[in-house]
Amino acid sequence: MPITSDSVRIRVNNSPLKVPAGTIVAAALAYAGVTQFRRSVLGQPRGPLCGMGICMECRVTINGQTNCRSCEIICAENMEIVADV
Amino acid sequence: MSDRVLSYDLVIVGAGPAGLAAACAAAESSATIAVVDETPWLGGQIWRGLKTQTSNPQARKWIERLRHTSATILDRSTVISSPQPGVLLAERDQAPLQIHFKKLILATGARELFLPFPGWTLPGVFGPGGLQSLAKNGWPVNDKRVVIAGSGPLLLAVAVGLKRLGATVVGIAEQASQASITKFGLFLARHPSKLWQGIQLKLRLTGIPYRYGAWPVRAEGDLQVNRVTLTNGQNTWTEECDYLACGFGLIPNVELPLALGCELKDGFVRVDSNQATSVPNVYCAGEPTGIGGADCALVEGQIAGYAATNNAKAEALFPRRASWHRFRAALATAFALRPELKSLATHDTLLCRCEDVTLGRVRQFNSWRDAKLQTRCGMGACQGRICGAASKFILGWGMESVRPPVLPALVGSLVSQPIQRPEPVCDRDFEGVVDPSSAPSLFGGLNAGLAGVRPSR
Repeated sequence: MPITSDSVRIRVNNSPLKVPAGTIVAAALAYAGVTQFRRSVLGQPRGPLCGMGICMECRVTINGQTNCRSCEIICAENMEIVADV
Repeated sequence: MSDRVLSYDLVIVGAGPAGLAAACAAAESSATIAVVDETPWLGGQIWRGLKTQTSNPQARKWIERLRHTSATILDRSTVISSPQPGVLLAERDQAPLQIHFKKLILATGARELFLPFPGWTLPGVFGPGGLQSLAKNGWPVNDKRVVIAGSGPLLLAVAVGLKRLGATVVGIAEQASQASITKFGLFLARHPSKLWQGIQLKLRLTGIPYRYGAWPVRAEGDLQVNRVTLTNGQNTWTEECDYLACGFGLIPNVELPLALGCELKDGFVRVDSNQATSVPNVYCAGEPTGIGGADCALVEGQIAGYAATNNAKAEALFPRRASWHRFRAALATAFALRPELKSLATHDTLLCRCEDVTLGRVRQFNSWRDAKLQTRCGMGACQGRICGAASKFILGWGMESVRPPVLPALVGSLVSQPIQRPEPVCDRDFEGVVDPSSAPSLFGGLNAGLAGVRPSR
């Protein structure tokens, strides 16, 4: 992903990452190599499905807040994102 | 008044084509208007732009027009319930927001219909619109091999969009038959819009294979999808891929209209010629009243906006709406789902992805209610939006209503706020009446607040 002057610095599962401004959290996770956003009730890997805030499969923890829909939240400076917990 | 208690003459829920058009039309009056939307951008899902900046000229026109009005834009605000007539409860910045209204226009849009098949829960399996939305906001598709499957014009638009972003579209499988699509093409030939032919031509020029009468039967991979098996009912074949984008057309978002008490007809919100619902002072426009696309939604939105502000301009738009309703009917006929799709899921395929309930377990029951009570299907975070719709298609019964909150909400949002009486706004020429009592509690019971709060594991 090209780093521009309009990039924001975030942390994904404790690793630093720079993403272009306007990137949604789900996309940042994909760039960080995360395919498993959450584990299902039976422990299966899950990632985004609907991309529009309805299916809830893309839920991750953002700045300590659990169950955030990563497909509808734009990365902000110093955001801490934790997937697959 | 607290900044957490707001009051407007007209509140519009949804900032897609219908909501934008409604707001622009209503803004020709002196009404105070608020547009509430869940996302941080305007234009809804269909006009979601690259890095949130839409490039669609039509979208830009409407968004600009709205920005030149005095309408308040409440973005990143999720409406979770209507605790009493004339009041919406929303969540913004993880805190509750009370929005009082005299009139309300619901423009809640549509979502994709997902049907279960073995492997559909693997990461890397998206809805076509879903993958397009994600890709527009930075999801990497460059050099990825994508299979697009399901039904509807959206498949073509997504193929063109993903290719433009650098993806290799391995192929498109449209479940509708060639005869059905050809008939639709002929209908479009005498319709103002020749969208279908235009996109098909574009596809041919870009060399993307398009198969009629074909659908996916299985997705495979360990931690994510890497192989899809498709069929045309006679032959099956397998495609290697990084992503599978599969969706079977659009279904209306009627959860909020239902929560407000709006009557449905054939699964869509029933409206009169002014787009008014069965609930006084509540209007509905766009996809919740029928899947007709953005142009249909724009006309319906304008009619609703004019009607809600008693502007006679509404009636002049009726013939245009009638024309788009003919398009809407042709769309439904052309892309009607084939019965074979009801047997894609096996006994062991998950139907409910939130609670991991198989189709086999749900099938043991005779109603959605019984299945919910016994299996927890439809009781997870999406509240049955995915499995309830799939069940309706496969079993003939599924989600009928959603209990508030209509989306997962913080318990604090549900229990902390008594309904406050908004300060009186200056008198305007409005028929709607706001009568918020100071009821101490928003819901009958706390259990409503537990919906969707269960952690994934």
